[in-house]
Amino acid sequence: MMTLLKVDRIETYIDQYHILQGVSFEVKKGGVTVLLGRNGAGKTTTLRSLMGLNPIATGAITFKGEAIHHLPTYEIARKGIGYVPEDQGVFPDLTIEENLKLAMRKTDEATLERRDWILQLFPDLKTFWKKPSGLLSGGQKQMLAIARACVNDNELLLIDEPSKGLAPIMVDKVMSVIIEMKQRVTVVLVEQNFYMASTIGDDYYIIDDGRTVHTGMMKELKENEALKKEYLGIA
Amino acid sequence: MEVLLNLTINGIATGSLIFLLAAGLTLIFGLMHVLNFAHGALFAWGAYFGVWIYTQTGSFVIGIVGAIVIGALLGWLLERWIIQPVYTNTMSQIQVTMGLLLVMNECIKVFFGPNQVSVQLPSYLDESWLIGGVILIKYRLFVIAIGILVFLGLQYMLKRTRLGLIVRAGVMNKEMVQALGVNIKKVFLYVFILGCGMAALGGMLFAPYSGVIHAEIGMDYGILAFIVVVIGGMGSMVGSALAALLVGVLGAFMTFYVPSVALAVNMLLMFGVLMFRPAGLLGRG
Ligand SMILES: Nc1ncnc2c1ncn2[C@@H]1O[C@H](COP(=O)(O)OP(=O)(O)O)[C@@H](O)[C@H]1O
Ligand SMILES: [Mg+2]
Repeated sequence: MMTLLKVDRIETYIDQYHILQGVSFEVKKGGVTVLLGRNGAGKTTTLRSLMGLNPIATGAITFKGEAIHHLPTYEIARKGIGYVPEDQGVFPDLTIEENLKLAMRKTDEATLERRDWILQLFPDLKTFWKKPSGLLSGGQKQMLAIARACVNDNELLLIDEPSKGLAPIMVDKVMSVIIEMKQRVTVVLVEQNFYMASTIGDDYYIIDDGRTVHTGMMKELKENEALKKEYLGIA
Repeated sequence: MEVLLNLTINGIATGSLIFLLAAGLTLIFGLMHVLNFAHGALFAWGAYFGVWIYTQTGSFVIGIVGAIVIGALLGWLLERWIIQPVYTNTMSQIQVTMGLLLVMNECIKVFFGPNQVSVQLPSYLDESWLIGGVILIKYRLFVIAIGILVFLGLQYMLKRTRLGLIVRAGVMNKEMVQALGVNIKKVFLYVFILGCGMAALGGMLFAPYSGVIHAEIGMDYGILAFIVVVIGGMGSMVGSALAALLVGVLGAFMTFYVPSVALAVNMLLMFGVLMFRPAGLLGRG
C-alpha cells in the first residue's frame, strides 16, 4: 500500500513550550491510523501541526510525496486534507447550510454528489438545514464537522476525538460513518475511546510526552494488556 | 413641529455620514480585531481629494467616484504595508494607527495648505422644497439615500455572498476558516479596502454638506464613529447603523438647543449604554 502521509521527527513549540519533541508516523492510503496517548500527550498539537495551525520548528511533513510543512494552513487544506478539530469548530451563528456552503470549494457535480451522500449518512443535518449550528446537540455538531471535512474531494481526514462528550448511541453512529467513509478517504483518528479506536483502527501510534513511542497493528494492541496499561492507563 | 422635523432629517443625514465611517471600523474590528485609529483620516482624505477632483473636473459624481477609488487604493497600501505587520500585536496596532492618523492629517496640510477649503454643491443638488412648512433640502435626502443604499449593500454582501459568509465565519473562528481552505489574509485585505472606500465616500459627501473642510474633520468624525461602534456593539453592522442614527439625531438636537454640550452628550450616551449593556446595543457579551 502506498504511503499517503509521512510525518518525520517533527518538533513543535507553542510560545516557549517545547510541546512536540519528535513525532514520526506514516499513514497508508485507504486505512484508519489511530493516534493514542494520555491527555496532554500531544495528539491535538500533532494534528494542528499537520494543518499548519501550530507550525513545526524542525522535521518534515510529506503528503503524496510533497513537503507541505512550510505551507500556510489554507494551502494545506487545499492539497486535500480535511480537519475535524477537537471542539468541532462549527460556526455557531451560521446555519448548517451555510457551514457546508463555506466548506465547499467547488460546486461541481462531484462535490454535490458528496454533499448528498453525507447528508444521507447524517439525516439530522438535512432536518435542521436552516438552523443555526450553535443550537445543535453535541452529536449533531460532530456530524456537521465531519460533513464539512468530507464535502471536498479530500484524500485525508484528520479527526480529533470525535467521541468526546457523546452519548454511546452517537458514538456508534459516528463510528459507522467513519467506517463508511473509509471507502473514500484515508483517516488519521485521535481517539481516547479504546472501543472506538480498536473497532475502526487499522494501525496505531502511541504518543507520550510529545514523542511517538510505539506503533503496531490495532488488533495486536487489543491483546497487549501491558502496553495498554503503560501508555493509555487502561487495563 | 417643523423645527423638530428639520432637526430629525438633519440628524439622520449626519447619522448616515457617521455610519459610512463606522461601518468600516466595525467590520475591520469584528473580523481582524484591529482598532484602526487612522480610519478618520480616510474620511478627511476622501473629502480633500474628492473635492479636488470635483473642482478639477467640474463633476461632483466624478469627485465621489474619485474619492472612493483613492480611499480604496489607500486602504490597499495601508493594509499591505502598515496594518498587516501588526495584526498580532495590539499595542503596536494602537501606536501605528495613531501615528498614521497624525501623519495623514499633516499630509493634507502639506498638499492642500493649512486653511480650510470651502465647497459648493452642484446646482442640481442645491435645491430644496417647502412642503407644509417643512424645508426639505435635496442634498440631505441624497446623503440619507446613499447611507441607506450602502447599508443595504453591506447587508446583501454579508448575508448573500461568499465573501460575506467568510467574513461572518471569520469573526467567529479564523483558524477554522483557514482549515477549510480559505485564504483569510486576502479577505482581510478586501474588508480593509471596502472600509476605507466607505470612509472616503463619507468624507466626500460631508464636504458640501458642511460647506467647508479642514484637516481636523478626520479626527472629529473619527471620534464620533468610535462612539457609534462602541454603542452599537463592536463588530455589529446593524448596531452601528442604529447607533449612528441615534448619535446623529441626538447631535442635531443638542447643537440646536444646547450647542455647548454636544460632544459631551455623545460621551454620556456611550457611558449610559455601556452601563446597561457592556457589549453595546447589539454586541455579543
Ligand atoms: N496554547 C497552548 N499553550 C501552552 N501549552 C499548550 C497549549 N496547547 C497545548 N499545550 C500543552 O501541550 C501539551 C499537549 O497538548 P495536546 O496536544 O492538546 O494534548 P492531547 O491532545 O494529547 O491531549 C499539553 O501539555 C498542553 O498543556
Ligand atoms: Mg487533544
